[in-house]
Amino acid sequence: MAEHIVRSYDNDLQGLRRRITEMGGIAEKMLVDAIAALIRHDKPLAQTVIASDSRLDVLQREVEESAILTIARRQPLAVDLRETISAIRVSGDVERIGDLAKNIAKRALAIGEEFQPQKIVLGLQHMSDLVLGQLKDVLDAYTQQDTAKAIDVWKRDGAIDALYTSLFRELLTYMMEDPRNISFCTHLLFCAKNIERIGDHTTNIAETVHYLVLGENLAIDRPKNDHSIDATLGIGA
Amino acid sequence: MSTIAVNTSGAVGRTVADATAPVRIAVRNLNFYYGDFRSLKDISLNFYDRQVTALIGPSGCGKSTLLRTFNRIYSLYPEQRAEGEILLDGQNVLSPSIDVNELRARVGMVFQKPTPFPMSIYDNIAFGLRLYENLPRSELDGRVEEALRKAALWDEVKDKMRQSGMGLSGGQQQRLCIARTIAQQPEVILLDEPTSALDPISTGKIEELIEQLRTEFTIVIVTHNMQQAARISQFTAFMYLGELVEFGPTNKMFMTPTKKQTQDYITGRFG
Repeated sequence: MAEHIVRSYDNDLQGLRRRITEMGGIAEKMLVDAIAALIRHDKPLAQTVIASDSRLDVLQREVEESAILTIARRQPLAVDLRETISAIRVSGDVERIGDLAKNIAKRALAIGEEFQPQKIVLGLQHMSDLVLGQLKDVLDAYTQQDTAKAIDVWKRDGAIDALYTSLFRELLTYMMEDPRNISFCTHLLFCAKNIERIGDHTTNIAETVHYLVLGENLAIDRPKNDHSIDATLGIGA
Repeated sequence: MSTIAVNTSGAVGRTVADATAPVRIAVRNLNFYYGDFRSLKDISLNFYDRQVTALIGPSGCGKSTLLRTFNRIYSLYPEQRAEGEILLDGQNVLSPSIDVNELRARVGMVFQKPTPFPMSIYDNIAFGLRLYENLPRSELDGRVEEALRKAALWDEVKDKMRQSGMGLSGGQQQRLCIARTIAQQPEVILLDEPTSALDPISTGKIEELIEQLRTEFTIVIVTHNMQQAARISQFTAFMYLGELVEFGPTNKMFMTPTKKQTQDYITGRFG
């Protein structure tokens, strides 16, 4: 796209993109490290993740302030306005992703050395790998303004939801088998839910990319496969 | 689909672009020449009843030229000519059989530089009325007051109607010119950068006035101020080098324009 006649306007928008890219990098690392800390019972790594979150918060506030200033000073229109608004949305989503990764790290500390069933661990790893792929792809889509990539991310979320449903049932089974399992299973359940929520945030970002490039919203109803709400304990059946 | 807004006088105005409204001015294949130079190239577009259409574009694109064809003000200059059709309620205003004085009462114009007559405020309004109508004094007074009220100027001048119009501030003078125009009860009001020479507060008052006036009149406004066009118009036409590049509802033009050229212009990437 051509540059603005007033070059500092381009600098303003570049500043927004740069901060979002930095936020994305931090959030990706936080997710990878939080899962590793959980699986390997790695306390120092978990604490590193928790500490990383403050930088994300600072960046998100900077993006918001910068976007608001841009709106006040430049009165952006069309694609510039959509880009400014999108920066606010995406920074909010990435900041929440960081919060969710931090929460996983906190639960890694809480679980400590407690037994974790291999099947659950593998399930969580698989789910987080998928979500990490979503996050990388959607941040690429944002940087490259690639709507095809964004729509692909949007559609793939169903697989993550389905994995979450199956993990949920699995964890319920463990909890039913032995009450001593309830504590760590509950933490793992929250971790699974956090990963699933990160997946939802990546679809939010995908919707924002679509809006940014085309000026239109994606369809209202994304296909959803989270059926955990239908899972029952089977008690009294 | 249109959203209907009702103002306090009971008149009805459309708050969003309504292309199902009657076409007040239809421009068909209009070409305009300054001597041999063709400054408007095959322009066709519609101006819808009781809505504001903004004409935007870089300097020299032909927007003021286009505006000036609607009331044939260009015909004061022999080297300027228009070819094609401009249908005002179905009547071609370019036809030689048209009475241009009557046309200019139906299609009023306000310029960038306020142009009050060197007369009293009262006479500024009454002058045009006396030209076209033979009104008894009481009715003339009533029409003058009505015009000044509609132009949101009455309260500021009612106690100094005998004072010269030239003594008013820039913003007041501009509202006086608008009052003068609407006293003729036109169908269309043409505004050529009406607030370019005014301070922000006066500009705000004129914009507020335009929002009121569009419940009664069809308005065409030329403006360099993108945000003003976005604020007050329902339709926008973007012109470049004498051609109509894009025309559509203002919300769409300023959020998701179809043509890259339009987007480049409104976002300040060229122009």
